[in-house]
Amino acid sequence: MDLSSFLQYLISGLTVGSTYGLTALGFTIIFNATRVINFAQGEFVMMGGMLSVFFMSALGAGLMPAIVLAITCTTIVGVCMERLTIRPVQGAHVINIIIITIGVSIFIRGMVMLFLGKDTYVLPPFFGQENIIDFFGASIMPQSLWILCITMLVLAGLREFFNKTIFGKAMLACSFEQKAAHLVGISVDRMVMFSFAISALVGSIGGVILTPITMTSYDVGIILGLKGFAACILGGLGNPFGAAAGGLMIGVLEAFGAGYISSAFKDAFAFIILLAILFVKPSGIFGKAEIERV
Amino acid sequence: MEGRKSLFAFIVFVVIAYGFPWVLTNDYYLSILILSGITAIGVVGLNLLLGYAGQISIGHAAFFAISAYTSAILTTNYGLPVFAGMAVGIVLSAVVAVVIGIPALKLKALSLAMATLGFGLIVYICLNEAITFTGGPSGFVGIPRFNILGHYFYSDLHYYYLVTGVLTLVIIISLNIINSRAGRALKAIHSSENAARVMGVNVARFKLFVFVLSALFAATAGGLYAHYLSFVAPSSFDYHFSIKLIVMAVLGGMSSVWGGVLGALFLTSMPEFLRMYEELETILYGLILILCMMFMPTGIVGGFSKLAGLFMGRHSKGGKDV
Repeated sequence: MDLSSFLQYLISGLTVGSTYGLTALGFTIIFNATRVINFAQGEFVMMGGMLSVFFMSALGAGLMPAIVLAITCTTIVGVCMERLTIRPVQGAHVINIIIITIGVSIFIRGMVMLFLGKDTYVLPPFFGQENIIDFFGASIMPQSLWILCITMLVLAGLREFFNKTIFGKAMLACSFEQKAAHLVGISVDRMVMFSFAISALVGSIGGVILTPITMTSYDVGIILGLKGFAACILGGLGNPFGAAAGGLMIGVLEAFGAGYISSAFKDAFAFIILLAILFVKPSGIFGKAEIERV
Repeated sequence: MEGRKSLFAFIVFVVIAYGFPWVLTNDYYLSILILSGITAIGVVGLNLLLGYAGQISIGHAAFFAISAYTSAILTTNYGLPVFAGMAVGIVLSAVVAVVIGIPALKLKALSLAMATLGFGLIVYICLNEAITFTGGPSGFVGIPRFNILGHYFYSDLHYYYLVTGVLTLVIIISLNIINSRAGRALKAIHSSENAARVMGVNVARFKLFVFVLSALFAATAGGLYAHYLSFVAPSSFDYHFSIKLIVMAVLGGMSSVWGGVLGALFLTSMPEFLRMYEELETILYGLILILCMMFMPTGIVGGFSKLAGLFMGRHSKGGKDV
């Protein structure tokens, strides 16, 4: 095992893993507010990338304005999803709500396929062309560094938001106990809506930063969503920073599996290890064991 | 449980299911019905797990796949009789279900969903990559049609009766289980595992029992599928198919055996009819799912019994009954 390929796998794993982490973060935020796994989360990631490409080519916008527009649009879609499909069915069975989110994901995928086509697209790397950095024999694309930096920034931003702002604290309160939050005057409805907005925002950022490296098409949301879901279970469901860490781990494991064992089974490694961990520690790596009240 | 109501529903099912071919002479519709019936066998099983025991599995396509591929490979490459091939496939699926089920069923709701999802994906990836055995992504061809004692089910009509027969059997088994001690144990587990345990229910054993049973049904369906189409490909058993099975169970009506049958019929035939609107197909499919769940939360069966309740001037329990 030589150092340069080890580093190479590690870096590519961390790069892709960041996006899984951001997707997982989105799952966690909505889960905390509603106890629902939003199966349309991967679609937010896909929209981030696809819409950026669309705004760049169709409107002739520059890269940055296109990205901002794409993230804004995805966030609006997140809000609309909550208003139109989740809020009207409050109190419904969790499985029913999950199926609604599956319906929404199919719907979004269909819309994107219809209006933006079935082709594969790519975004130019941010801030100039490739100046591949040589790092102990491993070559790093500047975009990888951007992905890592932006992920860290988003995480730090969310941390500040949840710990420092009154809004973030209100959302945390809702995730712990909705009734109590309601009693102290927090509008639970509005917090749930915000949770959709934030996870759409975070998801689409993930999609945007990944697109220059891995390309995008209307159907990339499925696998990204699944990996994100895996990441948040691995990290311990309901724990946002565990979810981000879970994403990084899945990314790295996958990269090592593909590099050292077989690239054909790349997608399987992450899930095999996930199963093994779940069977040993059902609450996930950073999750606390759940105590059930009878 | 109202035994009379359940018997009535059963008679209606038998009359409609066996009467269909007389009304419907179009081969295309008949093949859709066959595929619906095959899927229904799997969904009824999944419904026992999901609707009665309250355990989510997003990996049931894997049991379809294991059985379908095992039987396909054994009968095509090794000349085993179809009947034996299917039996081996079903047994193998059950064994896998036991191996996966013992650790997985200790997990709580969403972790279990994730574990079964992971299992399904692993099976799917293996089918794609083990090209020498499975033919890889392009699929496995030339599987013999179902035959038993020299009788080949070449005509779709005969196959339809075969599938309907198996489905009827599966329904009878399921109805019996639901109305038995095991069924009550499963419902107890659904409402509270701890309470069930306190009442002396062996939770782990019943959960495993229903998981393996649902895998058995799924495996039976998988075998029938392979020997009907004479062709299997991994894409038929991907994550979407697992999700579709759950959606069928919920859309039909979770806490009813009939829900599984109706859900399978509805969701297998609907995309065929949406083909007319090619471009819009996916969008409409998503939209129909959303609207059904928003306005018919107890599924088709729940919607029906609500409607029936309105006509009879009684308040229905809305899908809770079988």
